[in-house]
Amino acid sequence: MHADSLGFIFLNTVLANNFVLAMFLGLCPFLGVSGKLNTAIPMGIATSFVMLVSSISAYAVNLALVALDIEFLRLIAYIAIIASAVQLVEMTLKKYSPTLFRSLGIFLPLITTNCAILGLALFQTFKDYDFAQSVTYALGAGTGFTLAIALMAGLREKLSLSRLPSITQGAALSLMLGGLLSLSFMGFAGLGGGH
Amino acid sequence: MSRRIDNHITWDTFSQGLWRDNPVFVMLLGMCPVLAVTNSATNALAMGLATTFVLLASGGLISLIARFIPRQVRIATYIIIIATFVTMVDYVIQAISLDLYNALGAFIQLIVVNCIILGRAEAYASRHRPLNTLVNALGMGLGFTFALLCLGVVRELLGAGSLFGYDLFGPRFQPWVVMVLPAGGFLVLGAWLLLFDWLKERRDLTRC
Repeated sequence: MHADSLGFIFLNTVLANNFVLAMFLGLCPFLGVSGKLNTAIPMGIATSFVMLVSSISAYAVNLALVALDIEFLRLIAYIAIIASAVQLVEMTLKKYSPTLFRSLGIFLPLITTNCAILGLALFQTFKDYDFAQSVTYALGAGTGFTLAIALMAGLREKLSLSRLPSITQGAALSLMLGGLLSLSFMGFAGLGGGH
Repeated sequence: MSRRIDNHITWDTFSQGLWRDNPVFVMLLGMCPVLAVTNSATNALAMGLATTFVLLASGGLISLIARFIPRQVRIATYIIIIATFVTMVDYVIQAISLDLYNALGAFIQLIVVNCIILGRAEAYASRHRPLNTLVNALGMGLGFTFALLCLGVVRELLGAGSLFGYDLFGPRFQPWVVMVLPAGGFLVLGAWLLLFDWLKERRDLTRC
């Protein structure tokens, strides 16, 4: 399979180069909102949506920045785009699903400082992806993030029922779990052949 | 909150971030760079220093102008200020060492979304004097660098058998490769946290 084909980009970002487990992006919500499955999945979907919106906008803005030869403003422009996209999601959720809005709480505005989203915008620029590739990349990253956070939440729900030594009740255990998940995702390395 | 107390700079202003409220080990903020760039001690040190600089510069500027920023747009303003300093750091590192720049990759630019910096801007810089903020930010930055080094040293030692690029164990050493891979980052940080939790629990027990 060609390394730049859409299918390869999608599979690669979901599994082999999973944003959370292989590239360490978006760890704050991964550790913070993964306590319960029924908040973890909406969080994943909200993040994926922000990713998609900001990826498309970042693509357009980057064209403008390159055309005007002011690429040094890229970082500032991207962060402004992401903040507006998060605002959009926040307003939509508040209107259509107030319960969900409340259960996500502080983590919803914090999507702005989720490095997975800025990372996505930056990586797609570094890799010179065209429009279709950027959108696929964003979809893959969103799916991968949702997958990782859902797996983590499932594991932590099970673990909360078991008896643990007192020192492991906290972030340490979540990190160890993350390590094991990351180890198992290493098995996907090389998926799709070629580099 | 009285301004009178705030003007005092005590040892605690500095040491808060260094140990008691260490951004990584206690507050669990800014985990992404902590895990991503600590596969060698050199990268960890560079990342720590870059973050310290952004903390200092943005903290100082924000505490100077905080009272002129309307409340509603303060977060957006902070982010823009932080992004400006990060862009500077990005170009400076690119000028100093291209190797380092390539090793750290996008994570230099991702300092913008490091929760520590925005968190300190909101929680400390916006309501303290510039001098206090600088001292506190220096403590926080050094605490962050210390945490990064804790991870970087262990991972490089176990995963590559070297320290700051110098080979320590000779060619017979069989590296524990998983330590420099992503999974190792999670495991080493988890192990450090376990150690600190254990120490804290022992201290609490002896105190009772």
